[in-house]
Amino acid sequence: MRFLQQLFTIFMKDLRLEWRTREAMSAMLLFALLVLVIFNFAFNPDREMVLAIGPGILWVAFTFAGVLGLNRAFASEQENGCLSGVLLTPMDRGAIYLGKWLANLCFTLIAEAILLPFFVLFFNLSLTTEIPPLLLVCLLGTIGFTAVGTLLAAISANTRLREVMLPVLLFPIIVPVIIGAVQSTGLILNHETEGLTSFIRMLALYDVIFLVTSTLLFDFVLEE
Amino acid sequence: MNQAGGGATGYAVEARGVAKRFGRITALRSVDLDVPRGGVTALFGHNGAGKTTFLRIAAGLMRPTSGELKIAGLDAHKEAAAIRGHLGVVSHELFLYGDLSAMENLRFYGRLYQVDDLEARCEEVLTRVDLIHRANSRARHFSRGMAQRLAIARAFLHRPDILLLDEPYTGLDQRSVATLNELIEGFREAHHTVLLTTHDHHLGFTMATDIAILRRGEVIHHTPAAALSREEFDALYEESLQ
Repeated sequence: MRFLQQLFTIFMKDLRLEWRTREAMSAMLLFALLVLVIFNFAFNPDREMVLAIGPGILWVAFTFAGVLGLNRAFASEQENGCLSGVLLTPMDRGAIYLGKWLANLCFTLIAEAILLPFFVLFFNLSLTTEIPPLLLVCLLGTIGFTAVGTLLAAISANTRLREVMLPVLLFPIIVPVIIGAVQSTGLILNHETEGLTSFIRMLALYDVIFLVTSTLLFDFVLEE
Repeated sequence: MNQAGGGATGYAVEARGVAKRFGRITALRSVDLDVPRGGVTALFGHNGAGKTTFLRIAAGLMRPTSGELKIAGLDAHKEAAAIRGHLGVVSHELFLYGDLSAMENLRFYGRLYQVDDLEARCEEVLTRVDLIHRANSRARHFSRGMAQRLAIARAFLHRPDILLLDEPYTGLDQRSVATLNELIEGFREAHHTVLLTTHDHHLGFTMATDIAILRRGEVIHHTPAAALSREEFDALYEESLQ
């Protein structure tokens, strides 16, 4: 119970700070919208092309926007040494990680919820029955890359080239998530069901493994 | 909230051969220091002597390369989580979120420390540091002195029984210095322990019941303040700078 209260305290603090500054959300949305617009103009795709490259474009926009948000995740903690202040309290380090992760997940999902209609609009798609499985894939894919991303953002926050370091560390590790999410999204947009369950299971397994290991490893990451 | 744990000795902090190296740089060579419970121990030394490093190790923010450290009778490495509730820390870093108000900062830390009667306690400490009229102002808009007072309020919030103060007088005006001294005095009267570092050796000497001088990562003098006259202390301090 105490663990959950502490987790919630960290999460609410991040939510309040983001509501006040809107730093992460505005950067994520602006960047991802630009990605969608540029790809739309660059390819000017017809329906067949959209079904072939659309999922890739969507997840490029999501992950690149997500990295921008993750890069901001520990910025507020570095100001005035706030992370040290939190580490001085008797709270479980795992609760710090999970609180930060939950906030990152929340920001990224909100950004995705805003971006998805723009994707549909720009690429002339009509989605109805595809929406529930697509939302599930978005959720699982986002859980996966924010789980790893939050841990790596804590590592890269203390490096001089943190803006570069995070994607360099993150992208090789989230390749399975990106492949799974892009393939699943492709199958959903093409109304194919064969293989979809396997990809969704893979995403769910990845999420569980990396959430658990990241929670356990976070204490070591914070050591000075 | 806390009473110093059940160590058999009368020391709040016990350091034995505590060393810290950062690559080739040795910040602490070997610190042996016993900080008596219920007193104010002032740690003096020139820049780079290792005062902040020792305090960060004592606060659990850094692991020593070697040596043993007990806080409130508890092993600093094995029982780190239990120790954190005993400690209140004021550091060079303020540990304050600029975009949260003074009250929100205290509420946030109070929840992490599981402080009882949180609202009342936040108001009480804000009143003590004379910031209650700015309770709803964002910390970003505070002057350095006000932010330092808020950082002091944060350190006292959870009723710790050991205070680690690293240059706590930085940025404080005369009135705020008097307020901090009153807080330290009240803390001492409650038989709690203060370990502080300061470059203001006159102020430090006035406040201290024990004096320790660090030089190049080693304690070269440790004595009760009452055993020294001001002149003798000044001579020792000057010697440590050489």
